[in-house]
Amino acid sequence: MKRATLTIASLIASAGLAVGAEVAPLDVTFEDGAVAQSLSGAAGDAANGRKVVSTKGLGNCVSCHAISEMADDVPFHGEVGPILDGVADRWSEAELRGIVANAKMTYDGTIMPAFYKTTGYIRPGDAYTGKAAKSDPLPPLLSAQQVEDVVAYLMTLKEE
Amino acid sequence: MERNPLKPLTATALGLVMAAGMAAADENAELVINGDIEIVTRTAAPEHMEYIDEIRSGWTFRSDDTQAFQMDDFDNPGMIFVDAAQEVWDTADGAAGKSCADCHGAPEEGMAGVRAVYPKWNEAAGEVRTLEMQVNDCRENRMEAEPWKWDSGDMVNMTALISVQSRGLPVSVAIDGPAAETWAKGKEIYYTRYGQLELSCANCHEDNYDNLIRADHLSQGQINGFPTYRLKNAKLNSTHARFKGCIRDTRAETFSPGSPEFVALELYVASRGNGLSVEGPSVRN
Ligand code: HEC
Ligand code: HEC
Repeated sequence: MKRATLTIASLIASAGLAVGAEVAPLDVTFEDGAVAQSLSGAAGDAANGRKVVSTKGLGNCVSCHAISEMADDVPFHGEVGPILDGVADRWSEAELRGIVANAKMTYDGTIMPAFYKTTGYIRPGDAYTGKAAKSDPLPPLLSAQQVEDVVAYLMTLKEE
Repeated sequence: MERNPLKPLTATALGLVMAAGMAAADENAELVINGDIEIVTRTAAPEHMEYIDEIRSGWTFRSDDTQAFQMDDFDNPGMIFVDAAQEVWDTADGAAGKSCADCHGAPEEGMAGVRAVYPKWNEAAGEVRTLEMQVNDCRENRMEAEPWKWDSGDMVNMTALISVQSRGLPVSVAIDGPAAETWAKGKEIYYTRYGQLELSCANCHEDNYDNLIRADHLSQGQINGFPTYRLKNAKLNSTHARFKGCIRDTRAETFSPGSPEFVALELYVASRGNGLSVEGPSVRN
């Protein structure tokens, strides 16, 4: 009985590895705020990342950050966080991944939400319903691949 | 738009904002209602405020068009609900066969100055009470009528009628003595970072007032203007309904209107506005 379970578990594990080793939110390792490895095990898609950054139901990063490159097609950029123009000149890919996954590891106490984090909240809700969360841990705000896509997009924001 | 901490919001984005009819607020406009009632919309912060020097009514953050609605009662859609409440005020209800007027006379007399000092410690009950709690106490114990639900039209309209009798008077809720404990609890809630977005009231309304968050121009989240007629939902909105909406927007489990948490939060937020004029019913977008 025990052996059978183990075999199934290892089958699942190797199947998982085959699609690319996704790092679960609780397993992310931060080094000085940075995350070296791709969270999805795959490369990011900058075009999709641009969509995640600018779309209300997704990252909605523009609610707090202005990005000049998007000024023409995305209305209403916020002023709560710094303007993201040239952000790839200021940070490495690993640092940007860390900021998007959990900015609190880079900036202590920042207002910026953690997009790849699932526990440790006060009165967590079920999305925007105002009702109690249905699960603990919660689903992260962005999936591993969405984080990679956002990072790929941020890497295109160069000024030099 | 002269104070803009993170300036280079691009000209294009600004152009879009303007085009959408969200002309920036005239921060130095003065509010005089009906050419008569002078409203203090900016003043020195009360002593207990640690991080803000000047307190400002939400009115100062709204667009010229929205501001204008509040300058004359004929243009203020909230006044329709005040009229409705006046009728209810004069009408007997409940087993005792009494109306509000039977005990309090005309609202201009019986309710003058009341809004400005609520929430307030009630010695007999041994608790801090909001206007809603006091209204329901009268309904249940003096009129022997059913209590109104916190967010019912009757209740929010009645608080608007009561507020009108204090317009122009400075908010001055007491935070010491027996109210101190409730006030401290409200303060703790104000600074707690709720929900999956881990945002406190202070993150938006203290650290970021005057900044845009997407299309919203963040105010200090003052409640001197409540109840508020919102153009967005075309009705009067209670303080607790607003608190609920703001906490919901942090992806948190909210508290309920009328809960002890929101009563405490109301006392604390009201005290942050001590010195601003009572404005309700105000008009917001
Ligand atoms: C609620 C506001 C808020 C949201 C939403 C938000 N951020 Fe931020 N972000 C900030 C703030 C504030 C800072 C600056 C750090 C600080 O001082 O706390 C920041 C910093 C950053 C930085 C570093 C900027 C620099 O110039 O060095 C990057 C990159 C960034 N954010 C990307 C994002 C992305 C991508 C998203 C969405 C997936 C996002 N942010 C969503 C508030 C926000
Ligand atoms: C994510 C940002 C955010 C958070 C967190 C937040 N609010 Fe708000 N709040 C807003 C926005 C946006 C508005 C509409 C624009 C304005 O008046 O500031 C608003 C409006 C208000 C208003 C109406 C002000 C008026 O003049 O009509 C009050 C009162 C208020 N908030 C109180 C609170 C309290 C209390 C909390 C915490 C329990 C809180 N808010 C948390 C974003 C937020």
